[in-house]
Amino acid sequence: MSAGENLPVWAALLTALLVLVGATVTLIGSLGLLRLRTFYARVHAPTLGTTVGMASILAGSALFFSVNDARPVIHEILIAVFVTLTTPVTLMLLVRAALYRDRTEGSRDVPTAEMVESALLRAKE
Amino acid sequence: MSIAILTGVIAIAQILLGLAMCCATYRLVVGPRAQDRILGLDTLYVNAMLMLVTFGIRTGSTMYFEAVLIIGLLGFVATVALAKFLMRGEVIE
Repeated sequence: MSAGENLPVWAALLTALLVLVGATVTLIGSLGLLRLRTFYARVHAPTLGTTVGMASILAGSALFFSVNDARPVIHEILIAVFVTLTTPVTLMLLVRAALYRDRTEGSRDVPTAEMVESALLRAKE
Repeated sequence: MSIAILTGVIAIAQILLGLAMCCATYRLVVGPRAQDRILGLDTLYVNAMLMLVTFGIRTGSTMYFEAVLIIGLLGFVATVALAKFLMRGEVIE
């Protein structure tokens, strides 16, 4: 615990606030994953953690290391860009797979391909 | 003084992230279906990444960034591979 002894008060408080907000939002997202009822509802919840939670905690980390080392430390941007780019890709693949599974089982909870097609045709007219 | 506040708040944040990881683990273990388990695994990866970032702030070492990047990369590849398997595994059956 030797880090941050020469850290000014404003930097410490701001870092603490950012990290706490990020952790709280991530917990709310995971609680949503725990409690929502259907899979398609549950997909939305953890993205709280991958957007606001991740950005807030990484901003706190960047602030802490930049002030502590007295030079800009921006490794965090790399992580933020990577997570922001990959999360939509993975979740879209996962939901398409889930939709495919539900359709092949003949589940009544998801619209069939014909229903989607006729809705698109109606929207075009 | 300020460093004591920061240490305490980071401890609280780590507890919150630990609870979030417990929620994701419950979804991973209980299911009920395969896509729920994969979603739980993805959430677990992200929460572990954020937990490691807070460890980095706590110890003041930038070594953790590499670990975070590797976890992010593995999480992405694992989730994509599992989703692809979910899709194709049923085509073959």
